[in-house]
Amino acid sequence: MRTIDQTTDEILTLAATHFKVPRAGLAAGDDFYKKLGIDSLQALELLTRLENHFGVELPDYEVQGVSDFRTLASRIQARL
Amino acid sequence: MDEYKGKSLSWRFADGVVELKLDRAPANEIGLSMLEDLERFVAALPALESRASALILYSEQKAGFCAGADLRELYTQAQKMEAKAAAKGVREFLNRIHAVLNRLDTSPLTTIAAVHGVCFGGGFELALVCDLIIADKMARFCFPELRLGLIPGFGGIPRLKRDLGNAVVRDLLLTGRSINATKALAAGLASQVAAEGEALRVARATAAQVTKFDRTTSAAAKQFIKPLPVEDLQREINIFCELFSRPAVMEGLRKFVEDASAHPYLP
Repeated sequence: MRTIDQTTDEILTLAATHFKVPRAGLAAGDDFYKKLGIDSLQALELLTRLENHFGVELPDYEVQGVSDFRTLASRIQARL
Repeated sequence: MDEYKGKSLSWRFADGVVELKLDRAPANEIGLSMLEDLERFVAALPALESRASALILYSEQKAGFCAGADLRELYTQAQKMEAKAAAKGVREFLNRIHAVLNRLDTSPLTTIAAVHGVCFGGGFELALVCDLIIADKMARFCFPELRLGLIPGFGGIPRLKRDLGNAVVRDLLLTGRSINATKALAAGLASQVAAEGEALRVARATAAQVTKFDRTTSAAAKQFIKPLPVEDLQREINIFCELFSRPAVMEGLRKFVEDASAHPYLP
């Protein structure tokens, strides 16, 4: 099973690919709204991408108030 | 009228299939402009139904199929009126949109929604009038009305009840969460999931299949298996109008429209 670090790394890679930003510029503690310059609609796109990639279902209320990649990863990890 | 281009949508008929394209930036929000264009389409429908077998609804907007009611327009208009006039205006709008959606729901054509991106609120309700939903892998379905202190008002609850298991309906309505295409397929909401960007192509292939069959037989089968929940649809309008009159709703709308820090697509 993936470790939380692996999950976080995959999330950062997926986010970088989807929003076409350099992977090296993203860190686990970053605020993904600010770092990626996205709104809630685009955050939903990221959520869908993550659900499809990890094969989990993550109700969007579970990411309410979540704005950094690390916490997002912990939410995903809890479903693996 | 085989082709039409309006402010919010366009349609064309060819080879037994009508294609209705929603095209109002940013996300096909259903306000007065979209409603009027949908009414034009419904007026043209009888002539199309005499020659077509299938109808595809899809969106040209990148954001998705349809994000639902135009809440900015609703809030702006309601702010200008006294509460009673606003309530009357809301009921009139609901009656008109219900007339459109009921007509699409009961069309003898096999109706197919090709859904990508957001399919929220009234947009979800528009998809639900269709016989088949083809969901793009990135599609998301949601009834966010609860977040505004409302229930779906365009016929979503009776149609969900008609089509899905009660547990899924409760989940969608009571949590206000969005579900992805995979979940929609598992729940029986979507009939197929297409790869990203492929929903329209799959919908066209499905429509082409439908055109092979006798139209009268298909229409008779559809009428038998897809009753219109008339009483529940009227009850939904009444409950929506009662809820709309509460101050919390206007506050919810104000926050959606005016608060730059809000994340309107998340709960």
